[in-house]
Order: sequence, then structure tokens, then C-alpha cells
Amino acid sequence: MSTGFDKKIHGALADANLQLAIYTATGRLKENRVRSVAPDQLPDYQELRTQANALKAHTIANLDHYLEEFERNVIAHGGKVVYCRDGAEVADFVLNLAKERSAKLIVKSKSMVSEEIDLNERLEHHGLESVETDLGEYIIQLAHQRPFHIVAPALHMTRYDVAEVFDRELHTGNETEPEKQTQIARRVLRDKFLRADIGISGANFLVADSGTLVLVENEGNIRLTTSAPKIHIAIAGIEKMIPRAQDLAVFLKLLARSTSGQALSVYTSFLSGPRRADEIDGPDEFYVVLLDNGRTKLLPDRAKRQSLYCIRCAACLNTCPVYRKIGGHSFPWVYSGPIGAIITPQFMGVTHEPALPFASSLCGACAEVCPVKIDIPQVLLDLRSDVKKVETREKNNRLEKLFFRLFAWLMTHPRVFAMSGRIGRRLPALKIGPVRAWTSQRALPSLPKQSFRDIWSRR
Amino acid sequence: MARDNILHRVRTALGRSEGQPINPPPPVRLHVPPMNLESRIHGMLQRVSDLGGRTCHATSPQDACDFALGVIAGKPAIASNSPFLVECGITALPGVHSGITDREELRQLCATSPLGITSADYALADTGTLVMLASPQEARMISLLPPKHLAIVPSSRILSSLDELLTVLPYPAQQTSSMVLITGPSRTADIEQILIRGVHGPGELSVVLVG
Repeated sequence: MSTGFDKKIHGALADANLQLAIYTATGRLKENRVRSVAPDQLPDYQELRTQANALKAHTIANLDHYLEEFERNVIAHGGKVVYCRDGAEVADFVLNLAKERSAKLIVKSKSMVSEEIDLNERLEHHGLESVETDLGEYIIQLAHQRPFHIVAPALHMTRYDVAEVFDRELHTGNETEPEKQTQIARRVLRDKFLRADIGISGANFLVADSGTLVLVENEGNIRLTTSAPKIHIAIAGIEKMIPRAQDLAVFLKLLARSTSGQALSVYTSFLSGPRRADEIDGPDEFYVVLLDNGRTKLLPDRAKRQSLYCIRCAACLNTCPVYRKIGGHSFPWVYSGPIGAIITPQFMGVTHEPALPFASSLCGACAEVCPVKIDIPQVLLDLRSDVKKVETREKNNRLEKLFFRLFAWLMTHPRVFAMSGRIGRRLPALKIGPVRAWTSQRALPSLPKQSFRDIWSRR
Repeated sequence: MARDNILHRVRTALGRSEGQPINPPPPVRLHVPPMNLESRIHGMLQRVSDLGGRTCHATSPQDACDFALGVIAGKPAIASNSPFLVECGITALPGVHSGITDREELRQLCATSPLGITSADYALADTGTLVMLASPQEARMISLLPPKHLAIVPSSRILSSLDELLTVLPYPAQQTSSMVLITGPSRTADIEQILIRGVHGPGELSVVLVG
């Protein structure tokens, strides 16, 4: 375990206020989920999970086909598709477009993908203003923090923390009423929405048969981000694909219930290209950035590939006894909880934080609540085995390294080298121990009676 | 090229070749049980009020106008170009602006009006959802920028569920650049899990079913 990971965990455990905040918030989300998927509310819940899993498995196994179909349909509706290998390519694309259109202000709706590639930092570094508009994410941005939770980014902060951040960054005085704090954010952000040149969103689903993006939210900031500015850019991981718009009947029924216990989120937007000629409002330009950033590394392994089925509902976080104690900031990357524990090692390499797949009791609660039936405990076991393999390889490497260090030392100490030569010439050829297996099949050249150095020194 | 590079990586990883046909996806799963008009109306009204919205079942256009006058409460309102609003006489009510087709003008009005009035293309009875398709009749901003939203919908447009919507509209992209499902007033629980209505979208939602 890295000392950083260990320290963060102990820090979270020692913070009584934080413990209470995590326990209360995740507990409430957890109960809401349980109620909303109960047989009286959603009698075919298990069938829907099975269907969702089958759909994701099929799409990921044929991802190239669906990416191309999606691309064709986006273009058919007047949009553009941009493939990016990593965060630098995304930033380059946005920066170039901003430059061409003289854009200065960007409004953003919450997106884990943009967290993953540090998009705000990259854009701000080049002088653009990039403002988060989801209330929780806006608070986090003002506080210069990372999201604590996949869907409730400011879950760890109290109203007093928010008051402090707002006062420091927006000079609003000591306003501690959540209702009024929300109104402050609405006012500040409304002005940004109306002035913004570009809106950047993520996407919950990419629909191949229609070239449609589906975005799910409660606040309305996504609708504003994708409708108010003249340019809309959506950034999505390539794994967000689903085959048909009709499959949303399955996924939408599962997503909001698993996240917050709502039957549907307040706003579900189906966006297909820029505004049509006769439509009154909406963006003039529509871009979909399809991001790899390590996702293709997860495809070859048929068992671990299921990590890409995730629809980011965060039900596994809320139910996980580990997440509920150590919280989101203890995790080594932007994705936390059980899903973070299986995707972080696969995106960043298992050595990024070797202890991560072991930070689980394998109780199986995450697999039980996963709406797309990802077998998280099994993937954790596979990753544990990967960590052990790497560690064994490292150990063997250590012997090799030791040998070369000795060799280097010998070569840089002429006297020792000469002496070992004299000793070596007197010893019989090595035919002992592990070396014997090799020498028994090969004739080693014997050392000459005189070394080159001896001959040279006598001239 | 990043495009070819990524597609190549995906194909190599999956053991597929370019243009290789695929097995058919799992069959579509849509269930549309029969539901009579009365239960559709009842379901819709019930769900909307569960979500914190105001509701009215108007038996005549006059009823709808009376309810609308109460919501308008003597203040200005911006109404969409939906023919149904004209039919009901909503656009003729005092203080109601309508018939705007210019984007900038509409945006200004939406940003300053205390109320936006729209119809809806469909409603979903089992979730209390309004389905709005962007069109020359319905702009995106009217149901979004003003702090209050009033929707006046013919009862005949109520579908039973999302399954029925996706049966009726299997390819929403063919109709519009934007289809939005609205299920209750805008809300957040980002500060201490306390439910607050009206963050970025309208905090008050009223739904009138006509007929």
C-alpha cells in the first residue's frame, strides 16, 4: 500500500463529521434505491438488469460496428464526430475550436470523463474560462477539490463549508441557508449560461441507430449547457454506446432508480445534432468527442471487459461498506468506490495503487445492486491476481538488478577486476549449482593463461 | 488519425475485422399494456402532484384558461407557438406574449418572464412526465429559463409509459434535434441532501390536462 493511500484512509476514518456525512448521505441514497426497485414499484427489475447486461455485452463485443453506425447517424443530422485518444487531444480540439470562433467563456455540465482528463485545468491554462454548472460540481470547482462521489460531488461538505467557499470566491457574506445558497448559484450561473460561447457536456448514452446523445439530470443545467450557447460539444467515453433508442426503455428505468430512487430523473434529453432549420433555438454547431483514454486496453480480456458496462449510477458506492467508511477522496483516482477499484487499475496500470483491489471485503453488495450486473468482486479477484503477477516479476527483476549493480561495481574498480581475473583463472570451470544445467549442454571457452591486461603491462 | 487508430485498436482487441457483420442484438424489450383514458389521466395527475407539481383536469378550454389565469397571476408570461394554446385561448389571455420566432428575442423574453407556457407532444402517465420535442411550435427555452412552467396538454396525448413513447417514436432523432422528458420541477439535493426546487430550471411546474 502506498503511504498516500494509507494516510488518506486514516484521515477519513479519524474525521467524525465526515464519517457522519458519508453515512447519512449514502444511507439515504441506498434506501431510496431499495424502495424504488422493490417488486411493487418495478416488478420486472431483475429481467431489466439481465437485458441491460446482455445489451451492454453485445454492444461492447461489437463496439467498432456501433461506433461507425453512430458516427454515420450524427453526421446525417448535421453534427460532427471527433475521435480522441487522450485528454491532450480533447483539449487541443476544444482550444482550436474556441480560437476559430473567438470563444472565451465555456459552461460545463458535470461529466466524469472531463474529470478524468482534467479538462478544466487544461482549458484554463490556455486562458479560457470554464465554469461547472451542476450545483455540487460548481461548489467543488470553487473549493478547488475533486468530486467526492460520482453523482453527488459535494456529498462531504456541510452548508457551513459551502458558505465559506461562496464567501471566499463570490463574496456573498456568511450565507448558510441551502435554499439561499442555491439561489446564489442560480444567479451567478444564469449569467454565465446566457453569455457562454460554448457548452460542454458529457453523455449518459450514445445511441447508435439514431446518432443521439442521451443526458440525464435533475437541475436543468445540462439542458442549459446544451441549448443556450451556439456551440455544443459532448465528450463521451466510447463505451457509452447502446444499439437502439428503444433500448433506453431498459436503461432509463434502471439508471435514475439506482442513482437516487427516482423513476425518471427530472430532465432526460435526447439530443440529435444542431438545431434544425425550422427550430427556434438550440446550438448551431454540435460535436461529439469519442474518447478512448485507455478504454481499448480493457477490451481484450473477456472477463474484465465488463468493467466497461458501467452506466455511472453510483449504487455500488452507496452500498459499499468500504466506500461508506473511507469516502471518495481516499481513492487514488477520480473514480471511487467499487467501480473505481476495478477501473482505476485497468486504466492507470495495477502498480498505480497496488493495494486498491485488496481494499474490499468481497462482500458482493456491489454486484447485487449493479443495474447492469457487473461482477465487481470477480474482477477484483482477477486484478488481485494481476497485482501478484507484477509483484513476482518485480521480485525477479530485483535479482537481475542486483547482478548488474555488482557487475557495474566490478567494472569500475580496476584492482578488484584484476584480482577476480587472477582468481578466476585458477578455478576450474564452473559446473555447479544452477549453472550446471546450462553448462552441461554447452562448452564454455576456457580463460587464456594470460589476460590482455597482463600482456599490455609487460610491453 | 485518431479515428482510424482507435477503431483499429478496438477491432484488434475484439478480434474483429473492418466491416465484419455482427450477430443481431438482443430483441427489443418494450411492454405496452392496455390502459384506458381515465387511468391515464388519473395516473398523470397523481404522479405530477407526487413530484410537487400543481395539476388541473380541465373539461373545457375555458376551464384551462381559468386555471392558467391563476398561475399567471397578473404577471407577464411567454407562451410557445403551439396551435393547441391558441385553440384553448391561452395566447389571448392578458400579459401573454406569443408568436415569437426570433431566437434572440425569445431568449430575452424567456430570461425575464416569470412564467413560460407550453403544450407538450406527449405525457407519460406512469411517471408524470411531459415529453417536449423542439420544433417551430415549441422552443427549448420556454420550459427552461422562466422560474415557473405551465404545460397545457390534450388528454389524448397521454401515453401509458416510456415503453409506449418509444413504441410510438422509435427514432426521435428523425423528428427533432431535441426531445426532452420533464418529470417534475427542477431540483437538487447537492447541499447536505436537502431537497431544493428550482436550481437552473423552473422550480414550479403546473400541468393542465384538457379533455
